Amino acid sequence: MSKNVGSNNKANNFALQDKIFGYSTQFFALLVLVTLVGIVASLFMGSWQTLTQTGPKFFVTDTWDPVRNLYGGMAPLWGTIITATIALIIGVPVSFGIAVFLTEMCPPALKRPLGTAVELLAAIPSIIYGMWGLFIFAPLFAETLQPLMINTLGQIPVIGVVFQGTPNGFGVFTAGVILSVMVIPFIASVMRDVFDTTPPILKESAYGLGATTWEVVWNVVLPYTKAGVIGGIMLGLGRALGETMAVTFVIGNAYNISAKLFEPGNSIASSLANEFNEASDPAHLSALITLGLTLFVLSFCVLAASRWMLAALSKREGKRT
Amino acid sequence: MAFQVALGDTTVAEVAATKIGIKNLNFFYGNFQGLRNITLDIPERQVTAFIGPSGCGKSTLLRTLNRMYSLYPGQRAEGEINLNGVNVLDPKHDLNALRGQVGMVFQKPTPFPMSIYDNIAFGVKLYERLNKSDMDERVEWALKKAALWTEAKDKLSQSGLSLSGGQQQRLCIARGIAVKPEVLLLDEPTSALDPISTARIEELVSELRTDYTIVMVTHNMQQAARVSQHTAYMYLGELIEFTPTAQIFVKPKDKRTEDYITGRFG
Repeated sequence: MSKNVGSNNKANNFALQDKIFGYSTQFFALLVLVTLVGIVASLFMGSWQTLTQTGPKFFVTDTWDPVRNLYGGMAPLWGTIITATIALIIGVPVSFGIAVFLTEMCPPALKRPLGTAVELLAAIPSIIYGMWGLFIFAPLFAETLQPLMINTLGQIPVIGVVFQGTPNGFGVFTAGVILSVMVIPFIASVMRDVFDTTPPILKESAYGLGATTWEVVWNVVLPYTKAGVIGGIMLGLGRALGETMAVTFVIGNAYNISAKLFEPGNSIASSLANEFNEASDPAHLSALITLGLTLFVLSFCVLAASRWMLAALSKREGKRT
Repeated sequence: MAFQVALGDTTVAEVAATKIGIKNLNFFYGNFQGLRNITLDIPERQVTAFIGPSGCGKSTLLRTLNRMYSLYPGQRAEGEINLNGVNVLDPKHDLNALRGQVGMVFQKPTPFPMSIYDNIAFGVKLYERLNKSDMDERVEWALKKAALWTEAKDKLSQSGLSLSGGQQQRLCIARGIAVKPEVLLLDEPTSALDPISTARIEELVSELRTDYTIVMVTHNMQQAARVSQHTAYMYLGELIEFTPTAQIFVKPKDKRTEDYITGRFG
């Protein structure tokens, strides 16, 4: 009898432990939500002045004049979107190539060192990328590739205007290139990891039909891993949108909207880093926080877009029920 | 060309031409030798089964027939595998063309992450450029051949993963047939299936024999007895015995074969 009571006590003990464990994990999970709500609330409060006084005009004007207290956020918003887009246009295909090579065709002896090198690239602090961009890449780019691009691509009618501007190495395009180097390790290592999760037997089935490596990767591996691949790209895009130091060094920091990618511009993160110290006027501070809120909303939209893309992709693949 | 008489086989007492002639085949996984000096003639338009305990090399042998092993560095084959008299182990032999001639179905159903229709069209598109109506016809033909048409015809645009396990495996067979191969390799095609699906696949294999040369690895001796005309018993990378199926189960020549089929080991 006493033995039974004993085991019952033990069982109760386990149940209690489980309960405590359950509640504590729930607490940590809720912390995420509290933090998120807190950040959104403080961003809204901080930007209230701009949102009420300037209103929607803030997002469609590009005058940024702290002296006259006139603030329009379009230029940094534009710069953020353009630099991130350039980063993805260069970064995604390169990352895809790296991941395909590492998973499908790399000799085993090279697989580990190369994979580690890609991961190490991600570990380099962004300030180093900024310095590299400022001292090495920008001058080199100004001397060699930039004049070449202006003289060739820049001469194409209509789209040529994109490749024009002062060939001094700084500007939106340079920032985009630096960002692409920074996002490649993220996207490439996520892509490699998810490509590796494709069952060998599935790939063998496609190879067994006579498909080439490209056909297997494009038609079987990529659809199989699409959620992970899009996740990786979004991770890279998130980094590109929010990157501050490396961009500040090379973008030129001018509140300027131009189709010419070689002209200086600005990004949201870069303006915030440059101006928070000197923003003594409440209107200036509020305008900066509004930019921060904009960046937050932009990232949210990116996330929503990726979800929508995934849903659209699985629809094309056919219903599962 | 070598001819083989299927002695004592009640279902086919016929003389079949050799489709695949394997000669002195050795296979290596790095330093480990997986196959030892295999010589074997696989007859045309019949079912040949490879049986033997796990690790005996029967799957390895199957995977040399379409050179699937060449995906993996460190694996290599020596000797000759003559498909229609042409040595496919010759490094100059076109790998993609070989796989168009020799289709393969695996232990587990492996539908591609796309619709049922596209699962079949995928392979066809690798070799032929068909217009929409020709492709529709080909897909229907392959699904009918694989006895899946009546179940799948109303949901061709649905994902291949929406089918049941047995249907998925028939989809994989349809996919293999759709490119019009000459040989079908089946690597334990029913090991992941329930008995009813297994029976359907076996029935299907017997029907497909009229058009294709089928080589099948199986763990299940009854299955080998039911569907194959020739059986090869393998042990530790060696071919112990290769005879008409009816004979191997009644009167095995080798003591090791007898031990295995009577369940004394394996």
